[in-house]
Amino acid sequence: MSVLKTTTYDPPRTDGFVFSPENKAKADAYRTRYPEDRQASAVLWLLYLAQEQNGGWLSSDAIEYVAAELDMAPIRVHEVATFYTMFNLRPVGRYLVQVCRTTSCWMRGSDAITKACLEEAGTGALGEVSEDGVFSVVEVECLGACCNAPMFQVNDRDYFEDLTPESARAVMAKLRAGEEVKPGSQSGRAGSEPQEGAKTLLHLAESPAPAGDGA
Amino acid sequence: MLQDKDRIFLNLYGQDDWGLEGARRRGIWDNTKELVALGRDEIIQRIKDSQLRGRGGAGFPAGLKWSFMPKENDGRPHYLVINADESEPGSCKDREILRYDPHMLLEGCVIAGFAMGAHKAFIYIRGEYWEPLQHLEAAILQAREAGLLGDDACGSGWAFDIEVSRGAGAYICGEETALLESLEGKKGQPRLKPPFPAAVGVYGCPTTVTNVETVAVAPSILRRGVEWWTGLGRPNNTGTKIFSISGCVNQPCNVEEEMGIPMKELIEKHAGGVRGGWDNLQAVVPGGSSVPCLPEPICKHMLMDFDSLREAKSGLGTAAVIVIDKSVDIVEAITRFSHFYMHESCGQCTPCREGTGWMYRVMKRLVKGEAEIDEIDTLLDVTYQVEGHTICALGDAAAWPIQGLIRHFRPELEQRIASYRQMMQAAE
Repeated sequence: MSVLKTTTYDPPRTDGFVFSPENKAKADAYRTRYPEDRQASAVLWLLYLAQEQNGGWLSSDAIEYVAAELDMAPIRVHEVATFYTMFNLRPVGRYLVQVCRTTSCWMRGSDAITKACLEEAGTGALGEVSEDGVFSVVEVECLGACCNAPMFQVNDRDYFEDLTPESARAVMAKLRAGEEVKPGSQSGRAGSEPQEGAKTLLHLAESPAPAGDGA
Repeated sequence: MLQDKDRIFLNLYGQDDWGLEGARRRGIWDNTKELVALGRDEIIQRIKDSQLRGRGGAGFPAGLKWSFMPKENDGRPHYLVINADESEPGSCKDREILRYDPHMLLEGCVIAGFAMGAHKAFIYIRGEYWEPLQHLEAAILQAREAGLLGDDACGSGWAFDIEVSRGAGAYICGEETALLESLEGKKGQPRLKPPFPAAVGVYGCPTTVTNVETVAVAPSILRRGVEWWTGLGRPNNTGTKIFSISGCVNQPCNVEEEMGIPMKELIEKHAGGVRGGWDNLQAVVPGGSSVPCLPEPICKHMLMDFDSLREAKSGLGTAAVIVIDKSVDIVEAITRFSHFYMHESCGQCTPCREGTGWMYRVMKRLVKGEAEIDEIDTLLDVTYQVEGHTICALGDAAAWPIQGLIRHFRPELEQRIASYRQMMQAAE
């Protein structure tokens, strides 16, 4: 359950919210995934679209717009938006850096990663937006990349894994400078094989088939 | 050690193409039509005979679960729902299947869906899994284009399609009925059972919710034969399993191994051994955060399967092996789990909502030793008051790690309390 950081529930108001034409089209496409009389099922998809369009967080206007789109009572969508931790109900930095704090990452040094991230962001505390608006750093519960610990996730997208305080800072410095960053392992692993190389599935490692992009 | 020829997950490490072409090269979608032609009853019977147990944590017999779906259609559509909301701390296996071998899952869905009389599957993927989501959606488009999904899936004459739903960061949505609530666009709060999902599931229709890995291995079992599968592991604990080894090992990794592999062999052969050697091992959490930890003397001879770990008062869970060496403060390690459950409790049942916070706060004091000796028993008592008194198993999952800690590390807790008291007395 998302624990609200404020004692009163009041996602700030903005000057109204409507989907951009692109997002409206995407929303309509998501809605076709569910039976016509079960359109509420698309609520999480639409909230993601709204959050992205709104700069990484959901205002009350955005939440109520989604409710109207899906013909749901506004309170039902407020309930959903507060329940799921990936929806932010306050403005966040352009890059929301979410450091995993659960045991597997903690035992491999997540405290040092959090500290490095806070320093690099230039914010004093978790959840604060940096003065230039680029970063906010938070700690989150297990992100499910335990064999590539420690790690963090940026926004609702990329994982950066096998971090050291140095590589964590390097990723953030690149993000701040607007340079390209390579998601995934920062220590050169392809996936979750042992760092020194796979010990199984060796026929693949020896004669690797051309790694397609799946497209 | 399992030989490569017996491995199912050939692209576990993403060395090969995850798309349709690569999948076909690895034997996926090969004659799926013939597998479907076996018929509903035969498929379910073979899965039953294989003794495949669910890979999502509870280890429920898969064939039996599939057979719960109504045999006759009463007008309501049947649904297959894939639980890809992998969030158990320590567990990171489904992510690898989803991003590096999504077609394995899709093929499994066709087989399982057909066996349940379902024309539609929903895959509910955890919100944080962005890369796996992209690969999964692309794979579904490829499969539709190739006629593997659609009105005549794989040329079998059975109409079958798959849609993806994305979660948004709630561990509880890995509980099957919470997942169904979330799929319907509500808060993910578990439902009371009965009615079970096979009778009343998503949209009030017969539904079976099952884990990614369980469904992904099903076509291989049918293809290679039940005897091959039951030849691996031991009775009632058959086949292969992906183990996620994390924490204090030299080389954390995912690896597919035979069920029942000795824990020591698993850690030493695949994960490069415990940091500082086996003698530096303090404890292992063998199946994800929900199961009780085991101290080194038990780990030494432990076999990694459902029944062996159950006998040792722990569990295989999702086979997420979290290794804790002697440099780690084990009380804090377990306290982090308690924090996790406090954060993830959905708030519906009072024992869990209040109990998880209560247990975390006591654990936090125990890390420092700032407690009375008899509070250890009070804490243990509270874990038993939470366990079994909630709608879903999250309450149990919050209680078990603490029970394991007290069972095996009580002297450590007592000593910590004593030293804290001494320190305070010296300061006075």
